[in-house]
Amino acid sequence: MALALEIRGLRKRFDRPVVDGLDLLVSPGEFYMLLGPNGAGKTTTLRMVSGLLRPDEGTISVFGINTATDPIGAKRLIGWLSDEPMIYDKLTPMEYLEFVAGLWGVETDAADRRARDLLAWLGLEKHAHQRCEHFSRGMRQKVALAGALIHEPKLIILDEPLTGLDAGSARAVKDVLVEQVRAGCAVIMTTHILEIAERMADRIGVISDGRLIAEGTLGDLRNRIGSGDSTLEEMFLAIVGQDIAPP
Amino acid sequence: MNEPGTLVWFARHELRLTWRDAVSMMTAGRPGRGWKLGVGLTAFVVCMHIVAFYALRRVGPALFQHDLPTLIVVTGSILLSASAMLSQAMESVTRIFYTRSDLELILSSPARVQRLFAVRMAAIALSVGVMTLFLIGPFIDVLIWHRGLRWLSGYGIVFATSMTVTAIAIVLTVVLFRTIGPKRTRLAAQIAAALVGGVFIVGIQLAAMFSTGTMSRLAFLRSRFIAAHAPNANSAFWWPARGALGDIPALGAVAIASAVLFIVVATFYASRFAGYTIQASSISQKRDLRDAIPSVFRVRNVSATLRRKEILLLLRDPWLMSQSLTQLLYLVPPAILLVRNFAANGRIAIILAPILIMSAGQIAGGLAWLTISGEDAPDLVRTAPVLPSLMLRTKIEAVGECIGFVFLPFVFALALYSPGAAVVAALGIGASAMSSAMIQLWFRSQAKRSHFRRRHTSSRIATFAEAFSSITWAAAGAVAAAGSWIAGIIALIAVGVLALVRFLSPASQG
Repeated sequence: MALALEIRGLRKRFDRPVVDGLDLLVSPGEFYMLLGPNGAGKTTTLRMVSGLLRPDEGTISVFGINTATDPIGAKRLIGWLSDEPMIYDKLTPMEYLEFVAGLWGVETDAADRRARDLLAWLGLEKHAHQRCEHFSRGMRQKVALAGALIHEPKLIILDEPLTGLDAGSARAVKDVLVEQVRAGCAVIMTTHILEIAERMADRIGVISDGRLIAEGTLGDLRNRIGSGDSTLEEMFLAIVGQDIAPP
Repeated sequence: MNEPGTLVWFARHELRLTWRDAVSMMTAGRPGRGWKLGVGLTAFVVCMHIVAFYALRRVGPALFQHDLPTLIVVTGSILLSASAMLSQAMESVTRIFYTRSDLELILSSPARVQRLFAVRMAAIALSVGVMTLFLIGPFIDVLIWHRGLRWLSGYGIVFATSMTVTAIAIVLTVVLFRTIGPKRTRLAAQIAAALVGGVFIVGIQLAAMFSTGTMSRLAFLRSRFIAAHAPNANSAFWWPARGALGDIPALGAVAIASAVLFIVVATFYASRFAGYTIQASSISQKRDLRDAIPSVFRVRNVSATLRRKEILLLLRDPWLMSQSLTQLLYLVPPAILLVRNFAANGRIAIILAPILIMSAGQIAGGLAWLTISGEDAPDLVRTAPVLPSLMLRTKIEAVGECIGFVFLPFVFALALYSPGAAVVAALGIGASAMSSAMIQLWFRSQAKRSHFRRRHTSSRIATFAEAFSSITWAAAGAVAAAGSWIAGIIALIAVGVLALVRFLSPASQG
């Protein structure tokens, strides 16, 4: 079976190398957390996978489809969500989902059913026919997440999806993601909330200066870097060399 | 004097912010374009002086006498400028209420905020005056050069007018705020501001049509009807015009009256503005979560999906509608002309065809910006499995549909008495709208839809090209409607302009 995501020798340079020869493999049904300090290259990597940026070098394959040679085919399999929910203020969640389903060519009945299910899972059914312009940040993020999932993607890419969410909204988003992984989707997500990574990830990758510098399950990382009771935060700071002593 | 919290301190703070905002707007926020901005502004000022020189060259001394016909024309011109200035001032006053950038910081500080609001009101008056001088200043300069220093009074009248219209804008906005509430005022004031400028011009045009049978504002102002109903030449009503014509006592009276009006209004409202802004900022806290009428959930094909989204977003945003479709207001006089002169004579087509073609180009430019550049969810659209070419084609089709919806009734009405002119108008509308859409396509740069008012700052070339293209197609349409083959040459020039713009665009450089 093809890997959900296969990245080989990925490079991207702006004024400096941002992604520098990155290799990354994610399997179907796996929850992969990509961690790293600010400016490490996480977002750039995910934007290249989603087709929002073109790599300078390297290959990206999604379920065996090369994103450079068949971008449309790859995009059909991907759901993308960034930290800044980009939705249309003047549309209702249902209209937004109808629009996204149209872009991905989802059949009407299936899209309608899926839209209702997603809004119910995310606790938005009461707001399904209200315009998004007065929604809180959490509600907007949940609408955007529903949009990312309406076409039942096989690879879900999330860049800091929990930023600014309250506990209830964060919980709803996490539950939906866990459900997707159980259903066989691969999820690759960045976050700075290490407790979430610790609790949810099947595997964790740490990226710094555009390179993958550590990877494995929480147990693997403990064996290699920490001790038996090390937290992910302690290991992360040790890996990226930011272990700051208290004053 | 320069202690924190004083008027001067707030004025310095405002001046710095205003200057940086203006530079950022003119350079589209790109660093290292300062020298280009300097060169561009200098070229603009020089060009305007050349235009003013040639425009005033043929004007004889008769126009500068203080007789009634001259006073009427000058007063009419001042009122035309004042309507545009009032529109700008209302926009700015509304922004004071609703822009929260630094207000929360300042309102939560122990500083006396009425000083800040007084400074902001003065800044509005100043900026309205300066913007007007960009257009009118060169004409005043040429008059000073030709006819003496007394014409410096023109500058005084511009600033007196800017103080008066700012005071009126403050009162109007506050009245709106208190009558319809903070939630509706923003939209109402912005729409009113968009319409204020146009309504006066259109009103004069309509009056001209009904009294003189033409759309010439000057002919209307010089008509016997106006002369018969105007106040006596010695009336105080003409003081602003007399002041503009170099009458120093009249100028002094107008300047003092304007300054007093502004100071009274600013003093009265500065202390109340804090309360209004707190009310305005609290409306975003109160959620209005009324249900929209749910439509049947139906997934369409990609083209229909994108077209529906563009049209829904436009229809549901009254501010955007008012901004992009204000130009429709200018179609009212030709529409009435069409109805009034129905079957009268074929010459009307020569007037109507270029107006329709020009308007189509301008409206299409705005709509094309909204659909192509003004995308609020760019990541979503770019990650969709849709070919970018199909996406762009569909967006341009959506613009074409809107243009067709607006202009087809005019073309049909024209066809009723001049089928040839209707064909010319239809072809011209299509060419002009398509040219503007292509220019927006070649110069596209991602932006929020709410930045619609600032779309011209992203590329000066695109702005001028769009206007020049519309004008050239309109000229070709007028000549074609008159039945001359020269229209073909002008159309070729329009195509040449388009080719040049394509060559200069970022799209041609990959």
